[in-house]
Amino acid sequence: MSDALLQTEGLIAEYGPVRAVDGVDLTVHGGRVTAVLGANGAGKTTLLRAISGLVRARAGSVRLDGRSLAGMAVERIVRLGLSHVPEGRGVITELTTEENLLLGGLWRRRDAMPVEEIYELFPPLRERRRQPAGSLSGGERQMLSIGRALVGRPRVLLLDEPSLGLAPLVSSQIMRLVRRLATERRLAVLLVEQNARSALAVADRGIVLNLGRIVAEGDAAELIADEDLRQAYLGF
Amino acid sequence: MTRFVDLTLNGISTGAIYAAAALALVIIWRSTRIVNFAQGGMLMVTTFIASALLSAGAAYWIAFVVALVSGLVFGALVERLLMRHLIGAPPLNAVIVAFGLLILLEAAAGMIWGNTPRSFPPAFSIRGYSVGGTRLLFAPNDTFIVLAVLASALLLALLFRRTTLGLRMRATAFAPEVARLLGVRVGGMLMLGWALASLVGSLAGVLVAPSVFVGPNQFDTILIFGFTAAVMGGLDSPVGAVVGGLVLGLALSYVGGYEGSALVTLAALVILLIVLMVRPRGLFSTPQERRV
Repeated sequence: MSDALLQTEGLIAEYGPVRAVDGVDLTVHGGRVTAVLGANGAGKTTLLRAISGLVRARAGSVRLDGRSLAGMAVERIVRLGLSHVPEGRGVITELTTEENLLLGGLWRRRDAMPVEEIYELFPPLRERRRQPAGSLSGGERQMLSIGRALVGRPRVLLLDEPSLGLAPLVSSQIMRLVRRLATERRLAVLLVEQNARSALAVADRGIVLNLGRIVAEGDAAELIADEDLRQAYLGF
Repeated sequence: MTRFVDLTLNGISTGAIYAAAALALVIIWRSTRIVNFAQGGMLMVTTFIASALLSAGAAYWIAFVVALVSGLVFGALVERLLMRHLIGAPPLNAVIVAFGLLILLEAAAGMIWGNTPRSFPPAFSIRGYSVGGTRLLFAPNDTFIVLAVLASALLLALLFRRTTLGLRMRATAFAPEVARLLGVRVGGMLMLGWALASLVGSLAGVLVAPSVFVGPNQFDTILIFGFTAAVMGGLDSPVGAVVGGLVLGLALSYVGGYEGSALVTLAALVILLIVLMVRPRGLFSTPQERRV
């Protein structure tokens, strides 16, 4: 598996006193989407936070393109090409749409993706470029936070519940977009979702977390077909 | 009528100083949610440094620049050595550390420089302009005070609004975790915020020193008025800090001029109470975001 962009081994991380991630091994290749599924409190968000460095891992390793991220500050990990779009969308509501986008590429200086490209990808954002991000709708905020991550030209994208609180139609648009981005830009995407059905519809693989451990993993199609798994963990 | 003009001009000049003190508090509050009660002690120390240089025979402008630069460095050091360790701790910790620093600085200044207030020269003449034979209560030095404070407020506004460094600083202030995820070096931005705030504080110190004198406790009231002005402006808004400072300066000047200076501090308190009752979020508070 030499071309794995993102790889964790035996990753253990805590959320307060709780061991939220308890020995997770996963691998994501460029151009692939891996869905991380599971109920509330299964450890999905903490897994992403441990990968991006927001939470220090207790044990285990995270590698980005073969390079260990152990002990690295968040802002350095970003510079290696990993972008984490946090839950609740993380747009900075006091800044304008365009300021949010620019912010995503400042560390890259001249190599940042021009915001114009983001407006082509997400036309509704163009009309709102001068408005504070706090005035955007839920779907627009999601576009903005994904767009802002892309400005830094990441190789690995961590998405935390991008469909949370969105209307089904908007949510499926976002999911299809994630798929397209992964394929076209060879991004390795780790997609955390509670809505297992819509995530698996666009993912290549899925892992199911329960109490911080992987209880099932496989190709997306296999997971969808597994009736017992669906009833036990995925709720559809 | 002349009296009214005099009090108005005087109010603008002192108000500018309150505005500078308020700006120093607002910059830090915006970026760290800490009310820097040590600011009075910090600007006292930098003004003492200028005073010591002047006693040693340095030119006024050398002492002036050294005070500002030492303020910049002092602010950065306070952030890096003290406040950095309080990130994530309960807010009360920062309040207590700031008060502790204030007491420490005032005690240390008393030990080094003594407790007797010393005079401090103004930058320009304090002989009022004469208009049609009457001498106004507004001198070239007051013009300098107002221009210096407005210029620093304008430069800060340009930095925050028009530069990518300012964008990083604002992002750090509003959402530090998101800023980190976007590659912003949050620690450096916080340090810069403290440095700039302390620079503006130092400016307030040297500007006000000729009228309050330099001593370990001479700047306490400036900070109280600066804090009042900052709260009037909403604590979050640099524009509000400047407007709040000017409004407070005017109000206190009228109270002092017409009713007697004994009432000035009380009036500041009453103004603060009224603002908090009528507009608890301040005159210039940012509107609440739309929740989705």
